[in-house]
Amino acid sequence: MEAADLITALYRSVGEACVTSPDIAHIEIHGNNVLGVHLVNGLHVDAQETEYGIDARITVDNGIQISHPIRICFGLIPEKGSQHISMDITIEDDAHVAIAASCSFPNAQEIVHSMDADIHVGKNARYAYLEKHVHGAAGGIRVIPKARITLDTGARFQTDFELIKGNAGTIEIEYDAICGAHSILDMSARISGRGTDTISIHEKADLVGEGSRAVLTTNIAVRDSAEARIKNTLIASAPYARGHVDCKEIVQGNARASAIPIVEVNHPKAHVTHEAALGSVDSKQLQTLMARGLDEDAATDLIIEGLLTRRR
Amino acid sequence: MDSKTILSIQRVTLSLGGKRILNDLTLDIWRGHVHAVIGPNGAGKSTLASTIMGLNGYREYSGDIYFESESLKDLTIDERARRGIGLAWQEPARYEGLTVETFISAGMSQTSGLGVDEALLAVGLDPDTYRQRAVDTTLSGGERKRIELASILSMKPRLVIMDEPDSGIDIDALNKIFEAIKTLRKLDSTVVLITHSLAVLRQADHAFLICCGRVVRKGSVSKIETYFGEKCIPCDHKNDPAEETENGSS
Repeated sequence: MEAADLITALYRSVGEACVTSPDIAHIEIHGNNVLGVHLVNGLHVDAQETEYGIDARITVDNGIQISHPIRICFGLIPEKGSQHISMDITIEDDAHVAIAASCSFPNAQEIVHSMDADIHVGKNARYAYLEKHVHGAAGGIRVIPKARITLDTGARFQTDFELIKGNAGTIEIEYDAICGAHSILDMSARISGRGTDTISIHEKADLVGEGSRAVLTTNIAVRDSAEARIKNTLIASAPYARGHVDCKEIVQGNARASAIPIVEVNHPKAHVTHEAALGSVDSKQLQTLMARGLDEDAATDLIIEGLLTRRR
Repeated sequence: MDSKTILSIQRVTLSLGGKRILNDLTLDIWRGHVHAVIGPNGAGKSTLASTIMGLNGYREYSGDIYFESESLKDLTIDERARRGIGLAWQEPARYEGLTVETFISAGMSQTSGLGVDEALLAVGLDPDTYRQRAVDTTLSGGERKRIELASILSMKPRLVIMDEPDSGIDIDALNKIFEAIKTLRKLDSTVVLITHSLAVLRQADHAFLICCGRVVRKGSVSKIETYFGEKCIPCDHKNDPAEETENGSS
């Protein structure tokens, strides 16, 4: 398949059109091939093809504010293969940027997709990384995203991992963030598991800077024989550090779910909280929708759809 | 059941946790009218609403409830809703991520009531402001109650049960809810207001006073209001109220 056809296939598989606007930076990567790169002022990308993927260095220059989210499309169209993405991302001081990444494996039967990222967000910089996965129905995929994040003073970082369409397969998320003074971290994951999917999430934030804040949110729905294990850790070690860990999991059929929120405070002026709700669909929510004429299955689907919707 | 009766509750007794909550309760609701069921706390009013809607835990009762001459006994909640019964909850559920538009639209496929925007306007909410908001904890109690009612208006049910429509809301929101009751009248819906508020009672055409799970008085709103004010505030019965009946809806 030609590069242009692969690009079209990747975007189409996530329900989107190819990016054509010159104002929008975009990068398309299929397997270990960089199919396309379009940059805008202040954005630098150095991508090297490796045996099983890409080593990429992404930098946004000091003070640059990129108005449109950068589109990155990863994926593999074939049924089998590996894709390992190694990324070194630096958002320099006062820069603002968002990346909207889609990861598409529509025909996956035996695929491994791993991401190993080092992310540094400079002073008063803002970085949002929104990652949307679309998998096929077979669930023959293992996804292993790992990221080490450092936030400088006043930095803001938001990440959102979405996997709602297709069978999740095996998901092993591991994010670890160190938050400097007055920085803000917002990490969320929204995943639907079915069949024999297994979902493992370990997000960790170290609030080491005075006045730093973090929210770790996980919304999961598992059905059939799927399994979800969530272990989120929040450690506050500085005055006025604030944090919250929130986990909601809806469990149906023979699915299983566990949540272990670990919260640790090492300073008398720090404060962290946690909340976890696991189990069946809330009875009142369900009955309210049934009292609108929806049968139990339709009402349940609607509640799960809401739970897995990205927060506004 | 005569033709003017849309809902007939016949000698319904229901116990929860070993305690009898509805006690041989009998009443008829007339088609196209607004009725109030008033009573002190613990009288069984909300239990009656839950029993009519067939909520979980409220389906094991003796006696029977007929809607349009059909027994509701073996019908699930959604089947009752599809027959034309709607319930506006005292404390409406909140949904993470579900938009107001989706929530209101959920019941619209069943009937041809008001559209989403029309329904929001009918309860005094600006569609542009609220359509895409989540039905979650960011809404105030009054906003959530009005959205609950908007979803009912979109369903255009034949029978609407409104459980404590004034609880937890301010005067402005309450006035909007009273306006919505007038809209329901125009849609030819029959309304049952479950309340212990005289202001809500006054919106009705007929009233039932219930106490200890049974109807103790029924008739015109003015007479029930007088009786309720004199005898129920404070309550002076001896926990075994004798049934008293007046002419009126029965």
